[in-house]
Amino acid sequence: MARIGVFICHCGENISATVDCGKVAETIGKLKHVAYSTEYKYMCSDPGQTLIKDAIKEHKLTGVVVSACSPRMHEPTFRKACAEGGLNPFLCEMANLREHCSWVHEKNELTTEKAIDIVRTQVEKVKLNSALQPIKVPVTKTAMVIGGGIAGIQAALDIANTGHKVVMIERSPSIGGHMSQLSETFPTLDCSQCILTPRMVEVAQHPNITLYTYAEVESVEGFIGNFKVKVRKKAKSLDEKICTGCGLCTTKCPQKKIPNEFEQGMGMRPAIYVPFPQAVPNRPVIDKEHCTYYIKGKCKICEVVCPTKAIRFDQPDEILDLEIGAIVVATGFDIKHADFFPEYGYGKYKDIIDGLQFERLASASGPTAGEIRRPSDGQVPKNIVFIACAGSRDPAKGIAYCSKICCMYTAKHAMLYKHKVHEGRAHVFYMDIRSGGKNYDEFVRRAIEEDHVNYIRGRVSTVFERDGKLIVKGVDTLLGAQPVEIVADMVVLATAGVANAGAEDLAQKLHVSYDQHKFFAEAHPKLKPVETNTAGIFLAGACQNPKDIPDAVSQASGSAVKVAALFSQDMLTREPLVAVVNRYAPPMYSTCVGCFLCQSVCPYQAIEREEFKNRDGKVVKTVAKINEGLCQGCGTCVALCRSKSIDLLGYSNNQVHAEVMALLNEY
Amino acid sequence: MKTGIYPGCSLTGSARDYNESVFAIAEAFGLEFTQIPDWNCCGATAAHNLNKDLSLALPARILALAEKNGLDEIIVPCAACYSRLVVTQHELKKDPELKNRICEVIEMDYRGTSVILNVIEWIDKYIVPKLEEKIVKPFNYKVACYYGCLLVRPNKILNYDRVEDPQTLDVVMSKLGATPIDYPYKTECCGAGLSISRTDIVSKLSGKIIEDAEHRGADAIVVACPMCHSNLDMRRPDINKYWDTEFKIPVIFVTQAIGLAVGLSPQKVGLKRHFVEVKIS
Amino acid sequence: MSHSEHHTERNSLAYSIEKNVEVYTQKCYQCGKCSAGCPVAEEMDFPPSMVMRLLQTEDPANDDKILRSHSIWLCVTCEMCLSRCPMEIDIPSMMDYLRQRSRSEKKVNKKAKNIIAFHKAFLNSIKYTGRLFELGLILDYKRQSLNLMQDVALAPKMISRGKLHLFPFMIKGRDQMTRIFKNTSK
Repeated sequence: MARIGVFICHCGENISATVDCGKVAETIGKLKHVAYSTEYKYMCSDPGQTLIKDAIKEHKLTGVVVSACSPRMHEPTFRKACAEGGLNPFLCEMANLREHCSWVHEKNELTTEKAIDIVRTQVEKVKLNSALQPIKVPVTKTAMVIGGGIAGIQAALDIANTGHKVVMIERSPSIGGHMSQLSETFPTLDCSQCILTPRMVEVAQHPNITLYTYAEVESVEGFIGNFKVKVRKKAKSLDEKICTGCGLCTTKCPQKKIPNEFEQGMGMRPAIYVPFPQAVPNRPVIDKEHCTYYIKGKCKICEVVCPTKAIRFDQPDEILDLEIGAIVVATGFDIKHADFFPEYGYGKYKDIIDGLQFERLASASGPTAGEIRRPSDGQVPKNIVFIACAGSRDPAKGIAYCSKICCMYTAKHAMLYKHKVHEGRAHVFYMDIRSGGKNYDEFVRRAIEEDHVNYIRGRVSTVFERDGKLIVKGVDTLLGAQPVEIVADMVVLATAGVANAGAEDLAQKLHVSYDQHKFFAEAHPKLKPVETNTAGIFLAGACQNPKDIPDAVSQASGSAVKVAALFSQDMLTREPLVAVVNRYAPPMYSTCVGCFLCQSVCPYQAIEREEFKNRDGKVVKTVAKINEGLCQGCGTCVALCRSKSIDLLGYSNNQVHAEVMALLNEY
Repeated sequence: MKTGIYPGCSLTGSARDYNESVFAIAEAFGLEFTQIPDWNCCGATAAHNLNKDLSLALPARILALAEKNGLDEIIVPCAACYSRLVVTQHELKKDPELKNRICEVIEMDYRGTSVILNVIEWIDKYIVPKLEEKIVKPFNYKVACYYGCLLVRPNKILNYDRVEDPQTLDVVMSKLGATPIDYPYKTECCGAGLSISRTDIVSKLSGKIIEDAEHRGADAIVVACPMCHSNLDMRRPDINKYWDTEFKIPVIFVTQAIGLAVGLSPQKVGLKRHFVEVKIS
Repeated sequence: MSHSEHHTERNSLAYSIEKNVEVYTQKCYQCGKCSAGCPVAEEMDFPPSMVMRLLQTEDPANDDKILRSHSIWLCVTCEMCLSRCPMEIDIPSMMDYLRQRSRSEKKVNKKAKNIIAFHKAFLNSIKYTGRLFELGLILDYKRQSLNLMQDVALAPKMISRGKLHLFPFMIKGRDQMTRIFKNTSK
């Protein structure tokens, strides 16, 4: 015999100002099977919860309806209260009288009647609730970090230091990411590689971290705590165990004129190469697209000169099958290059470069050994123009957002230039200065006040080349939009930060949401910045949106702790509100006919196939099975199933039917 | 496909050389087109500066006449007329109420079905396919291709070539044997309709265009718009005076270049009517 | 101060522009790219981005400044501003509207007298004949501007090159033309 307890909350005045709570409590109290019906000002408070616990014992309640705010606010609170009162938490339902009623209507009789209707539907539903038990799912305590930039490195180290194993996957031959390309970092002007390389080495040497470079994620299956990840280790064409990293092969390779990715095209590299001297691991790889042997079948000089005979031509890619419990995506970002700008020459002019190219020029290990020189003729520029907001905040170019870091690195570039070329002139065309971090604004002021960088507020309409110089046509809006023309030796564009190549593909493989700019989507912009909507997959760094190093590191540590929290339990608890395909005794097994339409529409890849075999081992029926570890209870399969073989626990067909009937006053 | 031509007031007036070259090369390539009967002035810049409805009505009458005479496509050698016709077609398509009102004003039916081709589109469609076999005197010069404003802007409406560093005219000239230079003033304004009222501004702006072309070693500036030609050629004495320099570079129409390349005489393509002597041919 | 009255009632020039031209002045974030690329910005009293800023204030005094400015008449509608504007604001169409408002409210800048004289002469020429009669245009311009010596040296050179007709061409539909002018006049 059902004995339902109903608690009408005033929610301060949020509900009671518009709904006559007393009347609701009274009317509901008269319903069949309602053993107790009361109202209270703040149900979520301690006394409110005690009210529930006491009522459960006193009135021997078999179900509870708390009529208050949205379940998204306090469902866990009331479920816990019921559990403490001795009632299975899934026998507790919430009727939303706030967001669905009092907050959207005026105070009148109809509003109170609607409130009564809402409560009544939940009363009818809860009578059909089952005492469900949470689902437990085992956890593999190995994390995978995709991306070996500063965010990935930080996340990997943090997770490894909690005692758990980490596998790091990096698609280029070395870890380090963009930070390894920078010369100095703001606001301290620390040498970037000096602060980064110790961390890189730590990653390589950490007993808990397994590092695979020149590797990419091939496919991801499974669910939180139980991912199955296939990783493709691209063939480096050498035996890493034998190679000593002496680098002789790189000096003997005859193919020397390949644009160097690490130098952003400002320098060259051979076909067998180590990306940069501090690379981790310090092992070369052969670039198959440019190696003479792979293209024409000749050469093999590297194989001949290698002292340890480590070269392995025609080495195949290796596929690894890894069992992973949690994944941190730290794949970073890229920037637009000069060819993106029609008004700045479509990349035709060699002396118009982007920010990363400038970093390489300024870098001591760069193609010009740290001297700022024009790519066209190697001369030291005497007049440099920096153009901020090149591509960012530009809806006409499809990039409406601000790339966050450019104001700071432009000031940094201007300062580095002035430090290296004392008599040079640096001009910055800007729209706003966004320097909100710690010591950031002081840094920009330093550029203006101490290094005498000329800041001009206005955008540049066009840049073109004449007699080896660049004519920059901008404007000074603070002088009443006065046109300004500067004859520059070099122009540096602070180009927009964009998602890294392959971000969309990876997101599809991981089933992680992304936005129209291919940045990965966080679960909640304010309160869940490191989680995604896919359980078990976390974000760190600029793959979510362009950000500076402090933010990337903070976020990485944040995601690491989420992973550690996940790994702190041996079993994961999930809400049991999942779909279930019915099962019967043989020979029926299930009313499911095996059409598997449900499998194709399930957004979470939660539907599997189960085979039923007879005693001879022959498969007699293949029916759908819901993986309760992955199912999110969305109900799509339930609605779609044509044989009505699937039902949703907690929102069963019968329960929903009861709610509808309650609304139609047939109960 | 019946092809019409809308010469516009410039071609039948001060840009007579352009008109002659268009008809000359049409003859040389065996092309036919019908002049839109009783065509009127499109209103150019004066109409849209002073009276919006008038600026739509005048081109609408032209397009309505074309439709009435069964002309599916119209060649418009003048870039300004081209711009007015395409923009009018676009505006009337966007706003049916406006279209109805304009139809009442012009007292004609208008459906907006004509395909409007600028001179380069016409050349690409009808002349380039037969060009190679007809060239007898390759145009072996370095040229600065000057597009002007209205062939490529506003890009969203005209949908022709690219706004920065356009290439269609450069490609046509290359096919004639010329070497187009990398030229940053391709689409910088010459001063347009201020030719008479503010000759000083035209001198300044057109001067920059000419100076840069000469500085980069071009033998000629190639244009596809009679207004541009007028400002760069007819206004040369004023420009020279303003800049206190003797700029000598000739300005020729793309149609004239084609005419010369296929062996027509300078006379036939109107070169003798220029203000700046065209020594190349 | 009109800034504070901004949101109560909108009867500003910016609002009319929104209604008539579908240009939203709030979109402009004053980057100045339009002014940087405008060929006549140096001659203008208010370069295009300044015109936008004045409009944004929705201050009647500033609206008046715009309508009385030289800038709106110097604008040659080359469309360079629109092609570079990151917010794709249709400044040329806005300029057309401002010009028409300036005339209807009789606030035309005196320095722009000749520019308008030219436009008016042009339209007068086609009103009765249907096509431009360049000689007529010049004569009418000289009458309006009193710039009698304008291009006097040019005329014989034009005639000798066959570029200047001495008589206008009258289209058959010239009555229709006159009616079109009448129907579109305000």
